[in-house]
Amino acid sequence: MGNIVAHEIGKAYREYPSKWSRFYEWFVPFSRNQFSLNWIVRNISFEIKAGEAVAIVGFNGAGKSTLLKMIAGTLSPTEGTLVANGTVAALLELGMGFHEQFTGRQNVFMAGQLMGYSLPQLKSMMPQIEAFAEIGSYMDKPLRTYSSGMHVRLAFSIATATRPDILIIDEALSVGDAYFQHKSFERIQRFKRQGTTLLIVSHDRHAVESLCDRAILINDGTVESEGNTGKVMDYYHALMGSEENRQIQQDALPDGTYKTISGSNEVSVINVFMLNSGLAKTDTFEVGESVELVVNLKTNVQVEKLIVGFLLKNKYGQEIYGINTHRLERPLTDLEAGKLLSYSFSFSAALGPGNYSVSISLSREDSHVEKSYQWTDRAFLFHVINKSKENFVGCNWLNARATINQK
Amino acid sequence: MLKQFKNIWTFRGFIIGSIRRDFESRYRHSMLGAVWTVLVPLSTILIYVIIFTKLMNSRLPNATTPFSYSIFLCTGMITWSLFAEILSRCNGIFLENANLIKKLNFPRVCLPLAALGGALVNFFVTLSLFVIVMVFLGNYPKLIWFSAIPILIIQLVFAAGLGIIFGVINVFFRDMGQLFGIIISLWFWTTPIVYPLNILPDYVASLVSLNPMSVIVTSLQTIIVDGVSPPLLPLFVVLILSVITCLIALHLYRKRVDEMVDEL
Repeated sequence: MGNIVAHEIGKAYREYPSKWSRFYEWFVPFSRNQFSLNWIVRNISFEIKAGEAVAIVGFNGAGKSTLLKMIAGTLSPTEGTLVANGTVAALLELGMGFHEQFTGRQNVFMAGQLMGYSLPQLKSMMPQIEAFAEIGSYMDKPLRTYSSGMHVRLAFSIATATRPDILIIDEALSVGDAYFQHKSFERIQRFKRQGTTLLIVSHDRHAVESLCDRAILINDGTVESEGNTGKVMDYYHALMGSEENRQIQQDALPDGTYKTISGSNEVSVINVFMLNSGLAKTDTFEVGESVELVVNLKTNVQVEKLIVGFLLKNKYGQEIYGINTHRLERPLTDLEAGKLLSYSFSFSAALGPGNYSVSISLSREDSHVEKSYQWTDRAFLFHVINKSKENFVGCNWLNARATINQK
Repeated sequence: MLKQFKNIWTFRGFIIGSIRRDFESRYRHSMLGAVWTVLVPLSTILIYVIIFTKLMNSRLPNATTPFSYSIFLCTGMITWSLFAEILSRCNGIFLENANLIKKLNFPRVCLPLAALGGALVNFFVTLSLFVIVMVFLGNYPKLIWFSAIPILIIQLVFAAGLGIIFGVINVFFRDMGQLFGIIISLWFWTTPIVYPLNILPDYVASLVSLNPMSVIVTSLQTIIVDGVSPPLLPLFVVLILSVITCLIALHLYRKRVDEMVDEL
């Protein structure tokens, strides 16, 4: 229960050349098919084990929703086989089957019946749904008097009233107020612990990396990358770089993660390392230590302008700090091919204890989306330890001092 | 096939719920509420009775009571309304519920079934009122009236099959929505509802008799107005035809249901 196996599935819509051609095909005996197939997704194969949490990522229009609808069963694949074992609850659109003029309670019954629950089942589920939605007396008021937040609360409460074997969430996490978001997130995590397979579409890297074990990147209607969440998210990020001469290379690192290199390679990184306050190469630093990040690089062709930047991320992939030579007002222009350059960035490692990664960006403009020579995720990994400072929490060391005035 | 029926059974709550919701939502904001369910058909029946009996003095050939034409007319009208309501509801059912169909996974065939149920509720209200009015006019129910039940079942099967065919075709060829109005009014006038079959010239009457609804309506009129049992052979033919229509509908539905979701 809860596993999903997709083998070479594809979905295409029929396109008819004119309004009459479908009529011709249907009603003229022995006529040939008149339509051409417009493929939305194709050649998608993957296997998801029961209890796994998998993120589906990709650009708008890549085919994510089509894929999820096929798993949910609303769309049927045009080719290939898709098996989803167990009950599927899809939070593709909250509040489907709601009617504005009926009360919340009546809507629970109607939407629940549409999900296949019987009346006695719904009656016994009602107190639990009511308690989770926390909309108080509005439960017995017509839906048209609801705020959009109340709508979402009620819809989410019904949709997740019983634990499904497979739960599909399409951006639904970002709705409702902070309190309810947190509450719904907890319910989802509880389902996961109890063995529900999660499929999540989200652009929120933090949500994806903290909840999912694995990610599948859909691009141009097919699986472009699959595996460890961090690796796929870095690959996804690399895809956002400029389209021309796009090459994405992923190398395994000793800790099991991947270094992702993408871009046109007109300029490339030779090596990246960090120096501590004693100017020794190391990857372990003390909180607040003065450090230096050294990036050695080479121009492979003549380039009109070069901006070098770096970005620090914590272990969840959250961006901690990033800067580049455009913003530091040190752009270089008109560089000939084959030139060797060494950049050195010095800063204070005023970071909380933990593991960090460094991404290096070589680009023509401020943003690497414009024109990326090379983007490297996890170009260098380091950790910060706290030996000399007071014991603090968080990802930044702000060096707070306490002053007390007693009156 | 068996799985599909089991599926429908699982969703019976939804079907019954939809019928109730449809019924409730119509009168929800009116002051008289459900009273309208009775008031509208009652006024129609009374208007027919008063106009055709008192004002126009319409009589059926070889009539026994002054109310025979009104009874004749109401029998045909009530039956026809059931048929027409099922068809018109089913005709738009998939288009109107496009949002549900595209976003939720449930047996779509529940939708026309709910439409059928909704039409049946209206039919039973009107029918009970008709019987009450008949009693007031001194036409007490006869045992033979119960033989109308199998005929109504044949009609339901026919209407359900045809309705699903219309509904599916309408998704792919939206012209069906417009064409439907023409079909239904043509069909009404080629069915002996407002006129008895025997006032037509013979060759027209034999053409009209080919219409399955003619067979159903005249059989019911024979039972209610004349109080005798109708000829069984034509009804049997219509039964076969209805079953075939239903099979075609099921085949069409099963073949096109996936494509339908893409098209909506």
